[in-house]
Amino acid sequence: MSILLNKNTKVLVQGFTGKIGTFHAQEMMDYGTNVVGGVTPGKGGAMHLGKPVFNTVRGAVQETGAEASIVFVPPPFAADSIMEAADAGIKYCVCITDGIPAQDMMRVKRYMRRYKKEDRMILTGPNCAGSITPGEAMMGIMPGHIYMPGRVGIVGRSGTLGYEAASQMKARGIGVSTSIGIGGDPINGFSFRDCLELFNNDPNTDAVVMIGEIGGPQEAEAAEWARDNMKKPLMAYVAGLSAPKGKRMGHAGAIVSAFGESAQEKVEIIREAGHTIVPNPAAFGEIVEAVLTGKKVAA
Amino acid sequence: MDIHEYQAKELLATQGIRMPRGGLAYSPEQAAYRATEIGGEAWVVKAQIHSGARGKAGGIILCRSEKEVEEAAEKLLGCRLVTHQTGPQGKLVNRLYIEETVPIEREIYLGFVLDRKEERIMIVASGSGGMEIEEIAEKEPDSLVRQTVDPGLGMQEFQAREIAFGLGLEGKLIGKAVRTIMGCYRVFRDFDASMLEINPLVVANDEVYALDCKMSFDENATFRRPEIMELRDKSQEDPRETFASDRGLSYVGLDGEIGCIINGAGLAMATLDMIKIAGGEPANFLDIGGGASPERVAKSFRAVLQDKNVKVILVNIFAGINRCDWVAEGVAKALDEVGVDVPLVVRLSGTKVEEGKKILAEKAPTVIVADTLAEAAEYSVAEWKKATKAAA
Repeated sequence: MSILLNKNTKVLVQGFTGKIGTFHAQEMMDYGTNVVGGVTPGKGGAMHLGKPVFNTVRGAVQETGAEASIVFVPPPFAADSIMEAADAGIKYCVCITDGIPAQDMMRVKRYMRRYKKEDRMILTGPNCAGSITPGEAMMGIMPGHIYMPGRVGIVGRSGTLGYEAASQMKARGIGVSTSIGIGGDPINGFSFRDCLELFNNDPNTDAVVMIGEIGGPQEAEAAEWARDNMKKPLMAYVAGLSAPKGKRMGHAGAIVSAFGESAQEKVEIIREAGHTIVPNPAAFGEIVEAVLTGKKVAA
Repeated sequence: MDIHEYQAKELLATQGIRMPRGGLAYSPEQAAYRATEIGGEAWVVKAQIHSGARGKAGGIILCRSEKEVEEAAEKLLGCRLVTHQTGPQGKLVNRLYIEETVPIEREIYLGFVLDRKEERIMIVASGSGGMEIEEIAEKEPDSLVRQTVDPGLGMQEFQAREIAFGLGLEGKLIGKAVRTIMGCYRVFRDFDASMLEINPLVVANDEVYALDCKMSFDENATFRRPEIMELRDKSQEDPRETFASDRGLSYVGLDGEIGCIINGAGLAMATLDMIKIAGGEPANFLDIGGGASPERVAKSFRAVLQDKNVKVILVNIFAGINRCDWVAEGVAKALDEVGVDVPLVVRLSGTKVEEGKKILAEKAPTVIVADTLAEAAEYSVAEWKKATKAAA
């Protein structure tokens, strides 16, 4: 068991026949992901990487029974592709695309609220590395081999920093149940809090690592929610201690513009909510190991 | 991306928003001529830089004759104005906005932002204008009125009316404020702004006037806003950042002396944190991105070395889509072509790491190789301390 995706999840690739879509679809299939086809408007009816291509997500869902999709569509068209997936009955969508305008994402979020909560598509990203359930399936662009199957959940904004955490854990023999990238954009699909809820209810996740960064309110919201609801240990790192105020640090959302958005303030809020702080990005492995073995961690 | 006050006002004017009459000047002569054109007996000469708090920094000068306008322009043009938002190096004043004065009866704050919690455009207003929003929020939190816009439907007039009444406006001013607020909303929406601030919006002669305006734009939307890109003023940017952004690199200049080349924004921020924890100070943030070809690595070295304070360079790559062997080739290429005359620490991890390390050993034997993130920070700080000691 895991959350969001497993080896049986039927996955569509939106932007299937493009260069990036092709490369990563192949990698995903090699990892064992159940890719059932793809969507590229105008190329319906063709075969690509041995899988059928469809003109519309609706058509692809009807033919293949796909329940998940991954979006590799360029920024000007990506918001539209996400809405198309939501409308076609996709249950879980990962958007990898970096560079979607914020107002487009506001529209996407508004559009998704048309559906009742139980029918609503889960979106992670955009501007993320995707999600992986190690040993089963990946919907993303990560190097699958650095993740060991196991019982610790990871949720983070950054791709490469998530790799860093997973590989430090693997070096100590600690595996991952599912790792979710929520992306570095100011307006995104699932929040940290939403992901913690899923991990909290997953019988195969024992503890969760949250990898945040400067900007926005989500780390603090998640920490406060977890204080009252989380039954499992939560460990957190917040990147950007040295980021100056008002400067965008690579990610569109990584900017300190309001009170409570700096790394220092977020660390303080998370610590006060009673969670374990990973004090520096070289200490993921050590801290997770200590928490799992019940050792006391100096916070 | 930020723009100047006069540029923001030109955008507002397209929606019929009232503002004092004014004109642009690049020289003292033009400034004096603008004053004659505008007419009247008093003018303000306003330095155009990408920063707020210009008044406190001496960048806004009230003048009572054309000669005074000319003198004020003489004083401001070419100087670097330092405000609490610019950093100690300040920002170059290379253009001025000359504006008529209006008799101020009331000052209002009006701001539009993308609110990340609500995931909507939010309008914030206060009857206590003239102060910065942070100050208003601290001193007069009860004066703030807010509205959020449904992205499916857009802003409605009643919302603007609620703001106007919330500010205590009355009579004909209500309609005028509503037109101003709706106009600002359209500018914000139509040009993909990320921030629009009129501070102050003033009441004068039974009118509302936008006295000052600041705007920033969503850089993710520039593909559909070429008219906004035309407003870019590179003289207001850190030259190191301009060099890098012109080459498609994501770079932020910092104050330290350890140059950094990293893949992924999160790992880059985390590496800077590690350097700080190890006792050093990073010179920059640089995310080389996915698919780092040898050419891109060489370009990144050039960008980092633009900063003459750099005494050590740290390359930290966790390759997912990237490949360590390509990065290693790039490092070797940069050493050959760019002329890297500072110590270089390289940490490679992930895809093709063994091949990468082999290439480094063969082609770039002077490179100090680190295996982990902790080692990378430790080695680069040690090299930086050595270099600093040698210089002293």
